Amino acid sequence: MASASTASAAHTDHNYLNHEKGLWSWLTTLDHKRIGIMYFITVALFFLVGGIFALLIRTELFSSGQTIMTAEDYTRSMTYHGAIMVFFVIIPGIPAFLGNFFLPMQIGAKDVAFPRLNLASWYCLIGGAAVALTSLAFGGADTGWTFYTPYSISMKPAVIWMVMGAFIAGFSSILTGLNFVVTTHKLRAPGMTMNRIPLFVWALYSTAIIQVLATPVLAITLLLLAAENIFGIGFFDPALGGDPVLFQHFFWFYSHPAVYIMILPAFGVISELITAFSRKTIFGYTAIAYSSLAIAAVSFFVWGHHMFVSGQSEWAGVVFSFLTMLVGVPTAIKLFNWMATLYKGSINLSAPMLYALGFMFLFTIGGVTGIFLATIATDVHFHDTYFVVAHFHYVMVGGTLMAIMGGIFYWFPKMFGKLVNDTIARWSFFFIFMGFNVTFFPQFVLGSMGMPRRYFDYLPEYEFLNQISTIGAYMIGIGFVIGTIAVIQGLLNGKPAGPNPWGAKTLEWTTASPPPHENFIQQPIVTAGPYEYR
Amino acid sequence: MSTAKTGSGYHHAHHFDSAEHEYVSAKQGVWLFLCTEILMFGGLFVGYAIFHHIYPEIFKVGSKFTDWRLGAANTVVLLTSSFTMALGIYYSQKREQSKAVAMLAITILCGFIFMGIKYIEYSHKIHLGLLPGTWYSADPASLVKYVGDMEIPSNLPMYFSFYYMMTGIHGIHVLVGMGLIAWVMIRAMKGEFGPHYYTPVEGVGLFWHLVDLVWIYLFPLLYLVS
Ligand code: HEM
Ligand SMILES: [Cu+2]
Repeated sequence: MASASTASAAHTDHNYLNHEKGLWSWLTTLDHKRIGIMYFITVALFFLVGGIFALLIRTELFSSGQTIMTAEDYTRSMTYHGAIMVFFVIIPGIPAFLGNFFLPMQIGAKDVAFPRLNLASWYCLIGGAAVALTSLAFGGADTGWTFYTPYSISMKPAVIWMVMGAFIAGFSSILTGLNFVVTTHKLRAPGMTMNRIPLFVWALYSTAIIQVLATPVLAITLLLLAAENIFGIGFFDPALGGDPVLFQHFFWFYSHPAVYIMILPAFGVISELITAFSRKTIFGYTAIAYSSLAIAAVSFFVWGHHMFVSGQSEWAGVVFSFLTMLVGVPTAIKLFNWMATLYKGSINLSAPMLYALGFMFLFTIGGVTGIFLATIATDVHFHDTYFVVAHFHYVMVGGTLMAIMGGIFYWFPKMFGKLVNDTIARWSFFFIFMGFNVTFFPQFVLGSMGMPRRYFDYLPEYEFLNQISTIGAYMIGIGFVIGTIAVIQGLLNGKPAGPNPWGAKTLEWTTASPPPHENFIQQPIVTAGPYEYR
Repeated sequence: MSTAKTGSGYHHAHHFDSAEHEYVSAKQGVWLFLCTEILMFGGLFVGYAIFHHIYPEIFKVGSKFTDWRLGAANTVVLLTSSFTMALGIYYSQKREQSKAVAMLAITILCGFIFMGIKYIEYSHKIHLGLLPGTWYSADPASLVKYVGDMEIPSNLPMYFSFYYMMTGIHGIHVLVGMGLIAWVMIRAMKGEFGPHYYTPVEGVGLFWHLVDLVWIYLFPLLYLVS
């Protein structure tokens, strides 16, 4: 992208990392780049904790009967795994970390619109996590991440702590979204028109709209759930005349859009990676940009697909089924545009690109099995089986997490000014990708054989596939250990990256690596679109 | 955050081009925040609509325990406060410092009156044992003088669940609003606002109007449904 700031590409010693020193300067920083890095560290730590719970779950399921823990501990592990991964890893993962760092840079801004709120959002996440984990001191919550009533209103204090933790973390998400909407509207560099903003920004913008509009509904739902526990207000408790299905409606009204909070930013990362590593202008910029908005819009009207067997009216079921399949259209538009971008590109199979291609493969499986589940007749069989578990792991891990990993390796040189050893990074991809399929593909089979989800035990005939699945989980674990080694090795010994090691075209690559305190030495002036390859 | 100096004397934050640029951005942020508030209260209103549909009788009977005169008084108080808030913004913008401070002070005073009346209403209900949900402990005999010969539905407590959740969350917003108004009032006393910079007063004002608006809906839904 043409800009006036190429002069700053020269190496400078002054950057955002050494602009100020000491832990305190980090904890009070208003620099979006530093806040992004703080999110990176925290999300990585939460991921470690959530991952340990995952391995505990899979180890327990290695053989039928009790293996390493009691049924109660199993349900708790499953709850913490799900809640941590959803509320503290995947939702903040891309927007608050990579988005925070790169959204302002990609549009040529010095910072996000409200830096103080940006910092506050990080404290909300930390505060939410602290409150949520306090529940462990009260015996631990065991409701699953969905907190379904009436079980979750059994007046267990642990549930209240967990719910309030998620409530507080919600504000983190709202503040990030609010910041991104205003930043995208108001802080674009001169010449950066809406149809020149990079697709990552479009994706974050669409996500931000969902964050702002859907999260408040989760907030009130969780507040009512806590009130239900404390005062027995009776909205969701059938014993008091309330309606447990109403809780499901409220919950999914947020949580379905929330799955797009998880995946839309990943789409954005993939758009950047595919075009940069094919050295080719993205195919169908406009279609990809607007399909993000379309997905965001439709995502508000499909929540009932989680409730086909809940007793909601058949008519509602039919409408929700139809609308859900509609989401497949803008999603497929993206996939086909990425494929068209690859076509005749000069493809460079560095680690970020491997992750992007892995994403395309795995996400497609996840999305297509979503259509199976959106079909009422088949969902009656698949609902609450491992088929659903496999579906959402294909989209959330195979999709979002692959995109996070690809994004980390792609932007690492910019964030830290150093190169990652590509061989190590590729090995991490190899283990994660293989391990992922070994873990979750058998779960589709188990689900269609009827194995229910969330149980600590299973019939002996399911044992073989469960053992394969557990072995896969350990492979994924190894993959992430290798990935961590790649990052640490890069931090300690990486070769200097220079401003633009990948020859990418978006604005963040026109400034020094690591970027200076205010991102650009001179205000960039934009004269062309974001992907001027060929 | 480093600041840049402008001709008008107001220091806008370093990542904005001008005070005007900062103002329009902040205003957009406030509006988005108000959207989140509306959606949050929206959840409560949807719950209300659904249970009003299923159990219309509990709302008929329950609202007998509210005093529409107190509710109406509070409506007038809040409407007045919205007016004085608007004047507070106007005078801040005109740099008429003492008038701005006076208007903001009256707004806060209205907040206190509102909360005072709510306190009277709450203590009356608590005294009768009209508490939300499972905390409800009213003696049916003591209720006769309010409901006459109407039958007391068995899940009447749910009405009070709505009453306390809705007015409680609204009341918290009133308190937060009063705190914010006090904050801008102090800044107004220091003479920080003028034609070039009055963003915080306006933002707080918008919030206060929303809180007011929510009450305009709560009043008929809880007090006048019978
Ligand atoms: C083409 C797109 C998609 C379709 C058609 C689709 C459809 C569905 C349906 C119908 C269900 C309900 C299954 C049941 O409980 O019986 C479901 C569950 C789920 N989906 Fe998707 N989905 C899609 C994409 C995604 C994406 C992108 C994500 C997340 C990044 C996601 C995450 C989930 C989760 C977490 C659940 C299970 C929630 C639970 O019960 O714990 N889905 N999906
Ligand atoms: Cu869904």
